[in-house]
Amino acid sequence: MDIKTIQYTPKDFKSDQEVRWCPGCGDHAVLNAIQRAMAELSIPKEKFAVISGIGCSSRFPYYMNTYGFHGIHGRAGAIASGVKVANPELCVWQITGDGDAMAIGGNHFIHEIRRNIDLNVILFNNEIYGLTKGQYSPTSKEGSKTKTSPFGTVEPPFKPGMLVLGAMGKFFARTIDNNIKVTVEVMKEAAKFRGTSVVEVLQNCVIYNDQVFAEISDKQHKLDRQLVVEHGKKMIFGTNNDKGIVQDGLGLKVVTIGQDGYTEDDILVHNAHDPNPYIHMMLVNMQLPEFPVVFGVIRAVQEEHTYDAKVEHQIASVQSKSVIKNMDDLMNSGDTWEVK
Amino acid sequence: MTKKDNLIELEKVVIKFSGDSGDGMQLTGTLFSDTSALLGNDLATFPDYPAEIRAPQGTVGGVSGFQVHFGHSKVNTPGDYADVLVAMNPAALKASSKWTRRGGTIIIDSDSLTEKNLQKAGYLTNDPIEEDKLGDFNIIQAPISTLTRETLKDTGLDAKSIIRSKNMFALGMVFWMFDRPMDHSFEFFEKKFKKNPVIVEANKMVLKAGYNYAETIEALTPSFRVNPAPIPPGRYRTLSGNVSTAWGLIAAAEKANLPLFLGSYPITPATEILQELSGRKDLGVKVFQAEDEIAGICTAIGASFAGRLAATSTSGPGLALKAEAMGLAVITELPLVIVNVQRGGPSTGLPTKTEQADLMQALYGRNGESPVAIVAASSPSNCFDYAFEASRLALEYMTPVILLTDGYLANGSEPFRIPKMAELPTIHPRFADPSNQDYQPYARDEKTLAREWAVPGTPGQEHRIGGLEKMNITGTVSYVPENHQVMVDIREKKIQGMQDSIPELSVAGEQEGDALFIGWGSTMGHLASATHELLNRGYKVGHAHFNYINPLPKNVAEVFGRYKKLIVCELNMGQFADYLRIKHQDFKYHQINKVQGLPFTVQELVDKFEQIVEGN
Repeated sequence: MDIKTIQYTPKDFKSDQEVRWCPGCGDHAVLNAIQRAMAELSIPKEKFAVISGIGCSSRFPYYMNTYGFHGIHGRAGAIASGVKVANPELCVWQITGDGDAMAIGGNHFIHEIRRNIDLNVILFNNEIYGLTKGQYSPTSKEGSKTKTSPFGTVEPPFKPGMLVLGAMGKFFARTIDNNIKVTVEVMKEAAKFRGTSVVEVLQNCVIYNDQVFAEISDKQHKLDRQLVVEHGKKMIFGTNNDKGIVQDGLGLKVVTIGQDGYTEDDILVHNAHDPNPYIHMMLVNMQLPEFPVVFGVIRAVQEEHTYDAKVEHQIASVQSKSVIKNMDDLMNSGDTWEVK
Repeated sequence: MTKKDNLIELEKVVIKFSGDSGDGMQLTGTLFSDTSALLGNDLATFPDYPAEIRAPQGTVGGVSGFQVHFGHSKVNTPGDYADVLVAMNPAALKASSKWTRRGGTIIIDSDSLTEKNLQKAGYLTNDPIEEDKLGDFNIIQAPISTLTRETLKDTGLDAKSIIRSKNMFALGMVFWMFDRPMDHSFEFFEKKFKKNPVIVEANKMVLKAGYNYAETIEALTPSFRVNPAPIPPGRYRTLSGNVSTAWGLIAAAEKANLPLFLGSYPITPATEILQELSGRKDLGVKVFQAEDEIAGICTAIGASFAGRLAATSTSGPGLALKAEAMGLAVITELPLVIVNVQRGGPSTGLPTKTEQADLMQALYGRNGESPVAIVAASSPSNCFDYAFEASRLALEYMTPVILLTDGYLANGSEPFRIPKMAELPTIHPRFADPSNQDYQPYARDEKTLAREWAVPGTPGQEHRIGGLEKMNITGTVSYVPENHQVMVDIREKKIQGMQDSIPELSVAGEQEGDALFIGWGSTMGHLASATHELLNRGYKVGHAHFNYINPLPKNVAEVFGRYKKLIVCELNMGQFADYLRIKHQDFKYHQINKVQGLPFTVQELVDKFEQIVEGN
């Protein structure tokens, strides 16, 4: 198929299944954004495989008119790894949640990232267990009162981006369900990136954790509380576009352009391609009220080869040198003897 | 060299090499058995080693053994008792002399009989021969360490390297005793140590020194010859059960015209399957060494969804971890081969010892009604056949299949008749016709009930499957009560329907009579030998051996009905007997069971058989 002739609309990616998420759930918006992103990618539809684990967001594959696999709790990463390594021609998307990827599937999550398999991992983070009806998750803020923490949790949460960096991740982006433009953009960037791309989507659960990201997404303040980064551009934000991030000793700080002697020249330029994760880590960790929350592609360090490609290369290289071409060759190689 | 005059021809011989786990006994035994195989003997081997990589030196717990049974006629087992024991230290003597035939030959390194070593081995006196009452054995006390040192004193090798080759001295002695040539071992040294010619030369020197020493002390022992066995013509090689399993999977992939994918995690005693397949990039095998057992099977399920022949290999504890994912493969009806190399349990149990106690786990160890096909290999070489067969059933019926082997088969080796690939049956995976634009994931073949496999990448056949119950035919998620019943029934019926595609149960020995020995899996050789012995004693006994566990062959009841007594023998507390009680309730089953991490001995099978048949 000639890739240039492929013209899709988001509708081509919608399956005939009724979408059963709760009305008002952030998942609807992410589904639409991913369908839009896929339509714009010019990849033949049959090349997409969407793999999920268990949880509200993991129903995702059923709503996609692509190849899809709804797995078991926590194992989406392992299943997706198998699909991609078995057939690197496929464009494999892994749909997972904060319970699926950070708790029961934590091991698979860090290892797929470490291996750098060419997967697009979409992590729906609503900081709660939705499908089991409201227990705290590994990303719930300390003190969260939930059905299993009626007096508040006493455990600190994971920051998914920190796990990605800790596992030597090459790509991390963050978005929020109600920002369609950034969501579509980072999904496309994740798909184009060769390697494990993790996109954390802050996603509101209207039933069990409503308004958990309200401080960030609140219409009135969001321009002051969200920093959307872009590689090669200065990290400037704010209602008046006058706030920016500058280096402050070994850390970062927010300044207002034109105050305290800061000019636009002082504002840091975002370098997503920097292999050194130091600044990326600080961007991942920024939180209200001292800092805005960072969205967009925070880290995208392209390696020459992904795991799946290296497997192919190794096989090709061994095959080109080996005299064993089939099972007959193998079984008759080495020490054998004839009985007459 | 003059040829020996007092050469005695023997039918079969069992030799056990026994020493510290660092003494190289596995290599010594392997070199001996490979040499014997090349001479055309039939043989069976049984390595027996501790779970610890370097168990405390000189203690009974640290003894590593390698037993080889080779013969001029058919060899079914590695042998109950050794005719010749090579003991490199007192601990090896302590551990292995009770497994040596009375009157047999024991070669011991006399240099090792120091007070300290004897104490470590648990001897109370300085005379182990007297203490263990070995007076009626032919004991050869040879100063193996001293002579090894003497042989290599001018090579410039350090003391540690010199003493490390003492196993080759012992091997040389045994080579002389059994009239074996040394050239295969020489070639092995040249290959193995090709970067270190001094070591090659040293090993050769010590091997020859041992050979010559045995010749010199000839007066102490006759030498023996075991002539080639009359085995079916063909080209042969020796193969361990694990390599045989790995090759069976590759052969199936070749006959199905599919790439092979293995997702696995190292676990004793299954690791060698993972290792062997990792080295088979030349045949395009993709191996994914996963982060854990669960990822092992889940990557395989992913590869199966992507249209590959997918397998995972493990042992009992790993099978437990894979249980949930096996259920996923059951409900998504994807082909998958799960190899379980059983070991002693429960929990970590006896990792390096053999047992057949995962049968119930394989049959029922999943949530829900979750039937899988189960086949069991019964010799190291037929691990190849049943790995092939497990793959065929998985691909043609679209279902997970468990292949059961065990530590005894996995590590044991025997001559393997090399098949021609052209002679093996072609496997027909049930792929959807790529031009079918009305693809229905759960549309079924009328005969096999297999659903159609549409491979991602095929235009127009995009579909979703997963762990939620699916509507029959369409494959959409369905919570309809009646549909769940339909799907549960179909999944079970599909497995039972394999009866049409597997061979009937056959009986060796008497076709009707007093009693039928019933076994499954790795006990085949011991049961065959016991049956042979009992037939010689005049019993009307048959031996039925099961390689198909689920489904069972069609004619089981008909076969069982021809015998007065049914005796189910297995290395567990009676799991197959209980399974037969569920599946074939009209019969009474006697049991012979053993759970010691060891195979049966032929002798104990014969004795217990006589007790059961004579008792009324």
